[in-house]
Formats: sequence, C-alpha cells, structure tokens
Amino acid sequence: MHMHKYLIPALALGLAIGAAGPAAAQKKYDPGASDTEIKIGNINPYSGPASAYGTIGKTIDAYFKKINAEGGINGRKINFISYDDGYSPPKAVEQARKLVESDEVLLIFQSLGTPSNSAIQKYMNAKQVPQLFVATGATKWGDPKNFPWTMGWQPSYQSESHIYAEYILKNHPNGKIGILYQNDDYGKDYVKGLKDGLGAKAKTMIISEQPYEVADPTIDSQIINLKASGADIFFNVTTPKFAAQAIKKAAEIGWKPVHIVNQVSSSLGSVLKPAGFENAKGILSTSYGKDPTDPQWKDDAGMKKYFAFMDKYFPEGDKTNALSAYGYGVSQTMVQVLKLCGDNLTRENVMKQAANLKDLEQDLSLPGIKINTSPTDFYPIKQNQMMKFNGERWELFGPIMTGATGS
Amino acid sequence: MELFLHQVLAGIATGGIYACMALAIVMIYQAIDHLNFAQGEMAMFSTFIAWQLIQWEVPYWAAFFMTLAISFAGGYLIERLIMRPIHNAPILSHVALFIALFAVINSLAGFIWEYQIKSFPTPFGTHSLLGEGLISGHDAGMVGVTVAMLVFLFLFFRYTRIGLAMRAAAANPESARLVGIRVEWMLALGWGMAASIGAIAGMLIAPVVFLEPNMMGSILLYGFAGAVVGGLTSPGGAVVGGVLVGVIENLAGTFIPYIGRELKLSIALALIVFVLTVKPSGLFGRSVVHRV
Amino acid sequence: MKTRSPFTDLIAFFGALAIALAPYWRWLVFCLVLLIVLPLPFLVKNFFVFQLTLAMIYAIAILGLNLLTGFNGQFSLGHSAFYAIGAYTAAILMDQYGVAYYWTLPIAGIVCFGAGFLFGLPALRLEGIYLALATFALAVAMPQILKLSPIEHWTGGVQGIVIIKPNAPFGLPLNPDRWLYYFTLAVTLVLFLCAYNLVSSRTGRAMKAIRDNAIAANAMGINLSLYKSLTFGVSAFYTGVAGALGGIVVQFVAPDSFTFALSVALFVGLVVGGVGSIAGALFGAWFVLFVPNIAEHVSKGLAGAVYGIMLILLIYLMPSGLAGLVRLVVMRFAKAAR
Repeated sequence: MHMHKYLIPALALGLAIGAAGPAAAQKKYDPGASDTEIKIGNINPYSGPASAYGTIGKTIDAYFKKINAEGGINGRKINFISYDDGYSPPKAVEQARKLVESDEVLLIFQSLGTPSNSAIQKYMNAKQVPQLFVATGATKWGDPKNFPWTMGWQPSYQSESHIYAEYILKNHPNGKIGILYQNDDYGKDYVKGLKDGLGAKAKTMIISEQPYEVADPTIDSQIINLKASGADIFFNVTTPKFAAQAIKKAAEIGWKPVHIVNQVSSSLGSVLKPAGFENAKGILSTSYGKDPTDPQWKDDAGMKKYFAFMDKYFPEGDKTNALSAYGYGVSQTMVQVLKLCGDNLTRENVMKQAANLKDLEQDLSLPGIKINTSPTDFYPIKQNQMMKFNGERWELFGPIMTGATGS
Repeated sequence: MELFLHQVLAGIATGGIYACMALAIVMIYQAIDHLNFAQGEMAMFSTFIAWQLIQWEVPYWAAFFMTLAISFAGGYLIERLIMRPIHNAPILSHVALFIALFAVINSLAGFIWEYQIKSFPTPFGTHSLLGEGLISGHDAGMVGVTVAMLVFLFLFFRYTRIGLAMRAAAANPESARLVGIRVEWMLALGWGMAASIGAIAGMLIAPVVFLEPNMMGSILLYGFAGAVVGGLTSPGGAVVGGVLVGVIENLAGTFIPYIGRELKLSIALALIVFVLTVKPSGLFGRSVVHRV
Repeated sequence: MKTRSPFTDLIAFFGALAIALAPYWRWLVFCLVLLIVLPLPFLVKNFFVFQLTLAMIYAIAILGLNLLTGFNGQFSLGHSAFYAIGAYTAAILMDQYGVAYYWTLPIAGIVCFGAGFLFGLPALRLEGIYLALATFALAVAMPQILKLSPIEHWTGGVQGIVIIKPNAPFGLPLNPDRWLYYFTLAVTLVLFLCAYNLVSSRTGRAMKAIRDNAIAANAMGINLSLYKSLTFGVSAFYTGVAGALGGIVVQFVAPDSFTFALSVALFVGLVVGGVGSIAGALFGAWFVLFVPNIAEHVSKGLAGAVYGIMLILLIYLMPSGLAGLVRLVVMRFAKAAR
C-alpha cells in the first residue's frame, strides 16, 4: 500500500527525465550514495605513533563541512566517516571492513600510510570499492592493471627521486652521494628511485647509505658516518623531525654538502624553522604545492581561499601546518571527481571519473602543475618543480619536471 | 681511527640523553619501587609547559624553575588522585594504570600543542666545544647537569632525614610505618621529585631531538636500557649505563658490517639481555636477597 | 524468627541456586555460550563476524600470556614478538611453500614453543621487573629483525606478505568469514579446554607453586628451570597459534603489525580480564578490540585520552580484573545465602 506513495512521484519523475531527452542521465546509485547523501569513508591514525597525520583527516572533515554548508555536491551532502587505525595494519583492515560492510560507504578516500593501505588493497579490489587518492607516495598505487580500484594522489617518491637524479647528473656529474633514509618502504622507495635515475653511475656515485629507524632518538651517528665517507652530496630522505635534526647536526659538525631534502620534509614551518634558517640555507628540494608558511604566497588568490577556509571551518587547526594544506588540496580533487560523476554515483563511475581528470589546477598547486589521469595512468600528480631555500623562503627554479614513474 | 673517536664522542653526547632519562627512571624506582612507563610522557608534558611559558615571554631560567615546581605539584597530584585509590591492587594493575596514564598524557599534549615539532632553547649554547661540533656546549651542559643531579640525589638519599625516610618507605612500607614515617606522604613526595627530575631531563633533551608529543617514546626505551645495564638500584650506575648504551649503539651501527646499520637498536637491546643474564641486577646494582 | 526483606530473600535464593548449581556451573556456562556463539555468524554482518574472529584470536594470545603471568608468575612484555613469529611462520609457509592454512597453526605453535623455550632459558635468571625489561627488549627488536634485508625474500621486508583467504572446505555453504569464524572457534575451544586441563594437572600445580613461592616449590622437589622454561614455551605456543590465525584472518602480515603496542594491548587485556583467570581472557580480548573503537567514537582528537580514562576507571572498578570482580560477587551471594 505504502508503495504507491513513493512509486507515483518516482514514476512521474522518471517520465519527466525521459521527456527531457538523452541529456539528462538516469540516476544510478551504489551503496553509500542517494539523492541526498554521499557516504565517504576514511582511515587515519588519530592515535598512536603517527598521530601527527591525524590533522589530514580533521582538515578533510572540515573541508567537507564547507562543501555541505555551500549546498553539497550536485545537491547531495557528504557524510564523511573517518576511523582511527593507530597506524596498525590489522586495525586498518578492521576499519575498512567496517566502512564497507557496516557503514556502506561509496568509497574509501585518503586512507593513510603504506602499511595500512597495503593491508586493505586486496580487500578493496576484491570488493570493488574505490580506494581513492591514498595518502602515501609509494609507487605501487598506480597499477590499474592489477588494482583497478586503487589510486594514489601525490607524486610518487620514486618519481621525485628521478628528478633529483637528473639534477645531480647535470650539475654534479662527479659528485659523491651520501644517503640518509628511513628504513621502511618509504625510505627504500626514494633510494630505489635515485638509483634508477642515476642508472649505471649509481654504483660509483653513491658512496654511503645510512638507514635509521623511526624509533631512533637521534641520527647523529649516521650523519657522522656520512661526513666521514667524504660525500659531497647529501640526499636526506627523512620525516620532518629527523630532517630537522639532520640539518642542524650537519651544520653543527661543519659538514656542508649539496643538501637535497625530500619533499616529505620541505615544510618551512615544521622543518626548516625548527632546524634554524641559517643552517638550512642552500638546501634543495622539490614541490608541487604552495607552502602556507612561505611568505611568497601571502597574496596568492588560492592561498587566501585556503586561509579563509581554515579560519571559518577549522579554526582550532594550525593553518601553517603543511598537512592541513595537503588535506585541503586532496579534498578538492575528491570533490571534483564527485562533481564529474553527476547523478551516476556508482563505484564504477567514480573510478571512471577519477581516471578521467584533465589539466585540473587547484588552489594550492604551484602555477603550472596540473592533475591528469587516464585509464592507464593512475598517478594524478606527476609534476614537480625544484626549489632552493635562500634563507627566508623557497625559490623555485628550472622547469616543471615530470619524473619517470613506476618500474 | 678518527671515525671511531668521532662515534665515541657522539655516543657520549647521545648517551648523555639516555643517562638523564635513566636517572629519572632510577629515581622513581627508588621512591615508589615501580617502573613508571608514563615517566617519559610526564617529562614531555613538563617540557611543553616550559615551552609554553617561554612562548609567553617568561625568561628561560624563570620558566625552568616554574616548570620544576609545576611538575612537582603534578607528580604529587597524580600520586594522590590517581595512584592512591588503587594502592592495594595487584602490581600488574598498577602497570596497566601507567599505560593508561601514558595514553592520556600523550593524547592531551597532542590535543593542546599539536604534533608539529618545536624547537626548544638551550641555556648552554650550541657552539662547538670538542671534536668539530661533536660535543657542543649543550651536550656538555647536559652531562654537567646530569652529574650535578646525581650528586644531589646521592647526598639527598644518603644524608637527609627525608631522603632516608623516602628510601625506607619504598623498601619496606610496613617497618617504615612502625618507626613513624608517613609512608603515604613519602610516596607522593617521591612522585613529585621524579616528575621534577623528568622535567629537567625533558628540558635538556628537547633542544637536541625537538619537542613533540612522541619525543620521549624511544628515549624512554633507551633510558630503560641504560638503567637496567647500570642497575636499577644505583643512580650512578644508571648514568654510566646510559652513556655506555649510547656509545655501544653508535659503534655497533658503524663497525658491524652489513647488519649493524639496520640492527643498531636490536644490538643495544641484546646487550641488555646479555648483561642481565650474566649479572641479573645490572652492572652496579645490589642483588636483592629475599627472606622466605 | 526474624523477618527478612524480600530483597535479601532474593539474594539468598540466587545464592542458594548458585551453590546448588556450582558443581555444574562450568558446563552450564559453556552450553549457554555455545548456544550464543554458534548461530551468531548468521545473525550479524560479515565485518562483525570478522571482528568476533579477531576477538577470539586475541583471547588465545591473552590466554597464552596469562599462562605465563597468571599461573607461573613470570611477567612478559614481549608477547607481540611470539605473535609475530607465529604470523610470519604461517604467512611464509602459505606464501612460499603452498602449505595449507590449517597445517600452519601447529607448525607456528611449535616454532614459537621452541622460541619461547629458548628465550625462557636465559630469562630464568631474571625476576620481576628485570624479566619484564628483557622481554620488552624482545618486543621492540622484533619489527626491526623482520625488516632485515638478508631475510627479505622470505619476509617480504617492509612490504610484508599478502595471504589468500581460505574458502570453506567440503563445499560447505559458508562464506570465508563465517568459515574462519567457526574454524577459529574450534581452535579457541580446544586451546581453552587444554589450558583448563593444564592448570589443574600436576604440571599446573607445579606452575602455580612456583608462582606463589619459588623457593618453597624448589624445596619440594619441583625443577624450577624446567617448569619455568616449559611454561614460557607453552605460553609462546598459544600466542604463536593466535598469531598464525591472525595472519590468516587479516590476510596480511607486516613488521608494523607487531610493534610493542601489540604487547601493551595483550597486557592490558590480561589485566582487565583478570590475571590468573582463563575465562577472563575473553573479556580482555573484547576490551582490546572494542574499547579503542568506543574511545575514538567519543572524541577523535582525544581518542588516546578517552581510552586511558576508560582503562583507569575500569581498574578502579575492578582492580583484579573482571574475574576478580566476578569472584567477589559470587562470594557475596554465597555469604548472603548462608
């Protein structure tokens, strides 16, 4: 009996759409999407050793609040469900299953960390639920052949390394390279990228590789070994705390190599400032986004929008935090994909649209850096530009470069 | 050879950090007869308080001593408010409570001060003193303060009434009570002192490793290693143990081929287990004889 | 005769009932539990089935720890290492040698028994806090050892190993989640029954005698070193089997899965369940698995603090764990009945 109440308007609506012609597509939904709502799942380490990254989840939450306050996406509100995995892979599996099977989200967005994403990748692909724009730069996230439901976002660590290799080969062909890297997948990806990029010269040019563990209190011993090895190029593959320590220690013991620090730790506010600007002068890195602590973007239109967003929707957050800027950027891409999906909110269409981004420029991308994807290209951001720290701010130089990805 | 020397010097500098923490651990072990797993987090929280005071433009030394006082009060209150109610619970419940404290303090610090690293000032300067910056002014100052604390504690526990009373209260509460010592008071006092010493350790360590809510996690671990190698009952042993761990870790990481670099920490830990099996109460610890 | 309030009567009635049923209460509880757990997978969502399976696995691991700590008085913070060895043994056997998943459990158990026994030998000389620190060292070192490059082609290094989920055998109409639930349930039942028998056997009495007074036990002719290392081995066996099951159910093992945090979780489970209580391990496992979820539900930014406060409150409420509380309540009822 009750059916008629809904059936009739629905039929009428269907007829109306039919009458409007082929331009208006039929509404199609998978679990997690409806006329009023899109459910998006997320897994972040809000507790435990990697809890610093929880900021990303909180920023995304705030950004979706903004979208909802402005009317949602094609009239649908985003329901963002974010769970804590404490950076533990088994917990990530549990939370992913909860999101997919209990909360019935349309997709999982920005699950964080290589170990956690590795743990859920197989499950997500078996269930055919999008695992979109994961928060890690490992190269393996761009593998549409084997994992068509998984996609990365930021430039892969290896492609970034390729850019440094190119720079070194061009400017310091006889350099002796010393590497400090975190002994995990992230550190090893960078080292592999550099070796691939240097090609045959890698064996002779890299004279010292020093790993450290996240649990190490300091990396002083490794820096001393690097200096003693006689290296004159220092490739610093570390997370912010260790990068700051390394920059400071190298200056303290009077080691002045050509110093390349990975993008992970290129934040002015959270790395170079604590390490001391005078110690950091001359350091090289790459970037694809604008650093909110860098004075050169003070009057930039995109940056102003970001600041306005932070003031209004995430006032308790720290707007100079690079992770907030990251969360803002990746949320914009997500929103764009959902907009493109229109009324066809099936998981298949979400992946199709995610793999169909063309020259997307965002508020916080460097001028000229564009997001592009295709059914065979699951690396949304591939471009980087090199930059040098002049004691006050980063100076971009050289062309926008695309590092080779994958292998 | 030069590299060896450099690694030893750097090991002493890093070992100074461990020694500092080890001393705080031994201190609380003497005062309450437990290992406090939340000690590192308490030290971190104290350091954040000092940082906040300095941000509010309190001069360094004023902030330093204010932090000591606040930490003392904090430690005292934790004992009175949180530990006291379950005083008679089994020891393992106490340990679980320490774990809970760890979680609470860590999470609160992250909530209040965020997770981005912060630089913390040093009163000793960072100029090079020895071996091209391997031992900086700060490193020397840290070792100096640690030794001064050690002397202070030695005198305190050996020659003052209150120090002796605290030892008695921890070692044998029943007998202590019989001779008129207010055991509850002594325990709370012990917590307060341990918190203050932890605060000193935190404020000395933060300039080297940077201030953030998780800064103490691994240092506490090495502090335990130092304390155990030296012997949990010996403050002097803890300091020597801390420095030893720092030096051995550096040498193992540098000179053991192939696996040394990757197993730096594991080698240090294997050392603990080895020392313990040869001398179960640590290098300088007294072995405790049980009465049946 | 003094008139009694109906409330006291009620208590007395239940007390009398409890005493009358006391000889059989274990079986009654057991049957009741079976009645609940057997149909459960068909009543709830798959992911909840998965969570329940995980809870049973943690219960086995906590039981392993309990055998060591609760019944033998040896304190360990290193059980995440045995859990890791179990998980990796299963994963490597399945991934590299194509061994069927059910065979990996006993193998993982035996490997861990060996590891536990060997670790127990030097640890014999250590007591209390020193033993805790030695095992603590083991837990902290384990993820590093698993990452080691010379053994990378087995362990998969930092990337870990992905395992394929087993299907139900004999064409049973069960999806993999439900099948693993029943499989784990069977393993859990067997292991818990074995534990009951062990602690009430001659060996179990020797274990407890050592816990209560090692010197006296020794004087009575109990071989301290043999029993202590044996207990260490058995404890590691349980935890290792749990690790193997955990690897199979989660379908993934990596060094980051087995950090010191896991040891802490098992320890907390042990304490809230009740040290020295076999059934308490189940409640401990429930706490380990679900309380962090509740905590993050309350507040994301302060998830850790909420978890900590809940733990503190629980310890206040039942300083000797749930088992201690139950014991206390039963004693009160029994008193009222008399």
